[in-house]
Parts: sequence; structure tokens; C-alpha cells
Amino acid sequence: MKILVCISKTPDTTAKIAFTDNNTKFAEAGVQWIINPYDEWYALVRAIELKEKDPSVVIHLITVGTADVEPIIRKALALGGDEAFRVNASSHDSFFISSQIAEIAKQGNYDLIFTGKETIDYNSSSVGGMVAELLDLPYISLATKFELNGATATVTREIEGGEEVVEASLPLVVSCQKGMAEQRIPNMKGIMGARTKPLKVSDPVNAEAPTSIISFETPPPKAGVKLIPADNPAELIRLLREEAKVI
Amino acid sequence: MPVLIFLDQSDNTIKKTTPEVITYGAKLAAQLGITAEGILLGTVSSDIAALGKYGVTKIHHVNDEKLNHPDGQVYTQIIAQAVDAIGAKVIVFSNNLHGKAIAPRLAAKLKAGLVSGAVALPDMSNGFVVKKTVFSGKAFANISVNTGIKIISVNPNAFQAEASGGAAEVVPFNATINAAKTKVVSVNKIKGEIPLSEAERVVSAGRGLKGPENWKMIEELASVLHAATACSRAVADAGWRPHHEHVGQTGLAIAPNLYMAIAISGAIQHLAGVNRSKVIVVINKDPEAPFFKAADYGIVGDAFEVVPKLIEAAKAL
Ligand SMILES: Cc1cc2nc3c(=O)[nH]c(=O)nc-3n(C[C@H](O)[C@H](O)[C@H](O)COP(=O)(O)OP(=O)(O)OC[C@H]3O[C@@H](n4cnc5c(N)ncnc54)[C@H](O)[C@@H]3O)c2cc1C
Ligand SMILES: Nc1ncnc2c1ncn2[C@@H]1O[C@H](COP(=O)(O)O)[C@@H](O)[C@H]1O
Repeated sequence: MKILVCISKTPDTTAKIAFTDNNTKFAEAGVQWIINPYDEWYALVRAIELKEKDPSVVIHLITVGTADVEPIIRKALALGGDEAFRVNASSHDSFFISSQIAEIAKQGNYDLIFTGKETIDYNSSSVGGMVAELLDLPYISLATKFELNGATATVTREIEGGEEVVEASLPLVVSCQKGMAEQRIPNMKGIMGARTKPLKVSDPVNAEAPTSIISFETPPPKAGVKLIPADNPAELIRLLREEAKVI
Repeated sequence: MPVLIFLDQSDNTIKKTTPEVITYGAKLAAQLGITAEGILLGTVSSDIAALGKYGVTKIHHVNDEKLNHPDGQVYTQIIAQAVDAIGAKVIVFSNNLHGKAIAPRLAAKLKAGLVSGAVALPDMSNGFVVKKTVFSGKAFANISVNTGIKIISVNPNAFQAEASGGAAEVVPFNATINAAKTKVVSVNKIKGEIPLSEAERVVSAGRGLKGPENWKMIEELASVLHAATACSRAVADAGWRPHHEHVGQTGLAIAPNLYMAIAISGAIQHLAGVNRSKVIVVINKDPEAPFFKAADYGIVGDAFEVVPKLIEAAKAL
């Protein structure tokens, strides 16, 4: 069985969000980069767990990004991928990224493709669905549990106000979120081993980018907190009703 | 060449976000000088034509109970047929769970530019530019859509539903419906509670409450305020509350009208999931708690003393 896990690079969750060049570029100076948490903690770790149960499972990683994503993809290999692909391109358009992933996926004949729920920087939640459409596969979004029984997957996913269990035959695309697996820390053996695992770099296939980022904005700062004395919570309730009009 | 709006339903009921996206789609159509039409898949027990009051003039309805449960692949095929048949130029979804499962697929199928998480109507002064949230609500990006067909999915609660028009004309849409490749084997809805993702008011609590046994007062406050309950990751990880209540960067991102944070410190990853809330109330015994910087109203005090008084005051309303 072959699993392809989509790995993206995002600023650390505590990174300061600011922009340069007349608000057209994210200010990268001093920013720590991490594997997108959904890709690492849930998609990749669940794939690793499947491999631990069935050693014949092969895990490939794919990232679309320029050479500066390599530390991220090496870290993902240290956690447990067998080999990695990097498509050498820089884009924030989900269709462009998905087209690259779909191309690699077609060549590798994967039984399963895992993505994260969303990237925590661009929050599109789109790549999984697009890859599935480009490959004409079913897509189960926002999965919280994934079990495999032969060629049938049983997946629990979030719905509004609860969850549902969905069954589908492989091949399949699944986007992963909290619940799928528990975060892990790479060990020394993994880190050493990752250095020699194959990382294949290829050029992007031609795909248009239907969207482009024109500029960024930061929200206006809050006016400041209005403090209410602790011995008068009734005043808070009054303000919420009469001033804020939210209750 | 109308704007086509996806009218989301589940359990035979029109979803709460649907009037919001109709309002958005109708305003967009007015900007473009075209009509706003809707597409509805599955059977619905309420009066569909009444959705016209939010500005949709015609509703294309595939009235087939096989479609009551959305399968992204099947829905995409049908919506694509409708786009083709009526020549839609812009398709509008809610960026809710169904929207996230369907809009990207449709975008890939139609090679249409997609903006997911839109918070404003497009700016058409120079092309077609849509503002969306990025960096987990810490910033916005203005995205130019460069394709002929455009898809926008609108963040829940970012746009107010407005009733203005009359009834819509409901017309059956004859679609080719393929068999779904996914099968729903069970649905587990949490009964009696307001779903967090759709709640207008949320009462949330953190590790400062010391243990799961202290959530009674949180549930009671939520109940009198008709609010859903939520919690910080620390609380869900400790097993004090179920995982689906966890909000933040790695949990659910919500944007209710009221978010009340009780004994939560306000770590940046927590804020990332709640900072789009319209009004934030913070109750914390530490005046230096970072959450106060993001708050509109605050009480510096002990939750165990403040919350019971809040319940009393809210009951007296
Ligand atoms: C990559 C990453 C992702 C993360 N994602 C999330 C996420 O999605 N969501 C999330 O919530 N966290 C997330 N975290 C964790 C986050 O950094 C914080 O650790 C967490 O939010 C802390 O939870 P808390 O505020 O409940 O607890 P604490 O930080 O322990 O704060 C408790 C607060 O309660 C107050 N308090 C104590 N007693 C009382 C009392 N009697 N009355 C009133 N106030 C009192 C204290 O003053 C304190 O401010 C993430 C962390 C990382 C590294
Ligand atoms: N540049 C990329 N390279 C590889 N995978 C990606 C990339 N961008 C996004 N993904 C995958 O798609 C998921 C959803 O991303 P998005 O649609 O951008 O929110 C992420 O969690 C990743 O698994």
C-alpha cells in the first residue's frame, strides 16, 4: 500500500504577522518555519501509524515549494516518511499547488492521499478537494478518525453539530484534523536516517494560477477593553444587552 | 449569466448560513447587474420559495432524496451541470463544512479561481478582488480572481442576512445523478446542544477552572445566554471536555457575535481560533492575562465568584 502525504511549510504559530513592500509580502525576517501542524500531527502521524501496523506500507511525502522548504521536509522524513518529492515552485494558489500534487500522485499510483485540514497561514482548506477532483477520486474532508480494513476505509468526519462515519474504497483523498493521531517528536535515529532518504526535486508542470494575492491588511486594533468591577457582573450583562447588543 | 448560490441543507432543513450567502450573492449580482439564482440539492421540508426574501429570484431544485446527504463528488458533478445549463459566472458557497468539501472540487473541475473564507463583497474597481481572512484571522488578503468563472465561499457569520424581496420561483433541475462512491454509515449529532460552529454566542472556559467538575456553572451560563460551550486546548487535552469543544489554531475556528472566555489565558494559538468574534468578554483573575488585550469587555476576578453572579443577572433579563 502506498500513501502520499502532502506537507506544507508555515510560520510558527507564535510568529508575528506583519507585511512589507507596501503590504504585498509577508514579513519573513526572524520568522521560524514549521511543518503545518495539521500535516505533521495528524496526516503524517496517522500514515506512520498505518505503517507501524503494516510494514509493507510505503509513505511518500510531497511539498510544493522552493529550496527553503527542505529543512521542513527533512523533519517530516525524520518523523517517518520513506521518501519525498519537492516540486520546485512558489505559489499560494491552491489550484496551482493541487495540479502539481496531482501530477506526482498520478505517477505514483497511491492508494491514499492525506492532506492537512488547512494551512494555518492561507487557511484555504482547498488542496485536498482539488487534488481529489483532478484525480477523479472521492474526498473525505476534515477527518477525525481513519481506519483501514483491506481496501475499505472507515472515516469519521466532523459535521455541523456532531460527526458522521463514512465508508469508501481506496483510492481516496482525506484531509486530516485533530483526533486522527497524537503529535510525536522525531527521535535521533529518525533524524540521522532522514539525511540519506531520497528527496527528489522536479520542475512544476504547466498550470495556470487562477488567483493571485494583490495585498494584505491587518485588522484595525481593538479600541481597548472596558473593565467592569468584579462585584458588579450585572453591569456586564446590561452592557452586553444595551451597548453591544449581543444577548 | 446569473450568480449561482449553493443553498445548503442537511436533515431536510435549510442551513443557518444559507440566508447569509443568499444575501451576499444577491448583493454581488446587483453589483454586476445580473440576477441571483440558487441551486438546492435534496429534499427540504420547509418552504423553499420563501428564501426569495433574501434576494434570490429563481431556485433550481434537484428534488431527490438520494442527495439528502452531500457527497462532494456527486454534488460537484450536478452543480457543474447547472453552471453550464444556466451560464453562471460566479458561484457562491458558505465556507462551512459542506462548502469546504464541494467548492474546491468544483473550482478544479471548472478551472475557476476560488476564494475561500471571503469576508467582503468583491471590489470590482480594478478587476475582481475579494478580501479573505489569512493567518488564522490575524490578517486579511485581497485576492484577485483572474478566470472567467469565479467561485467565492463566504465565511459563516461574516455577512448579515437581510430580508428584502419576495418569493423565489422554484424550478426543477434535471440532473444526471451518479452513484456516490462514499457511504454514510452513521451520523452522531450531539443532542440538545447548540452546534459550536453555528452558534451566535459561545461561553468558553480554560484550565483556570481546575477540573471537569467545575463546568456545571459554565453550562448553566451558556444555557441562560442560549450559547454553545467551548474550551481551550489545555482543557480538551486534559480530557476535561470533549475534543469537539476545543477552539483555536488547531481546533475549531469560530466567529460568533459573542465569545466569553472564562479562566483562559489567551495564548496566541487560542486567539487564532476566536479573534474574528464580534464581541469578546474576558473573565480572568490575573489582570496581566494576555486575553484582556483582545477583549472588548473584561472582569478581573475569580471565576468561581463572578460566574454564579453572571448567571443570576442573565436570568433576571
Ligand atoms: C502549535 C500549538 C498549537 C496550539 N493550538 C491551540 C489551540 O488551538 N487552542 C488553544 O486553546 N490552545 C492551543 N495551544 C496551547 C496554548 O498555547 C495554551 O497553552 C493554551 O491555550 C492554554 O490554555 P488555558 O488558557 O486554558 O490554560 P492556562 O494557560 O493555564 O491559563 C489559565 C488561565 O486561567 C486563569 N485563572 C486561574 N484560576 C482562575 C480563577 N479562579 N478565576 C479566573 N481565572 C483564573 C489564569 O490567570 C490563567 O490566565 C497550542 C499550542 C501550540 C504550541
Ligand atoms: N505547497 C504545498 N505543498 C504540499 N502540500 C500542500 C501545500 N499547500 C497545501 N498543502 C496541503 O494541503 C492542505 C490544505 O491546504 P490549503 O488548501 O492551502 O489550506 C495542507 O494541510 C497540506 O497538507
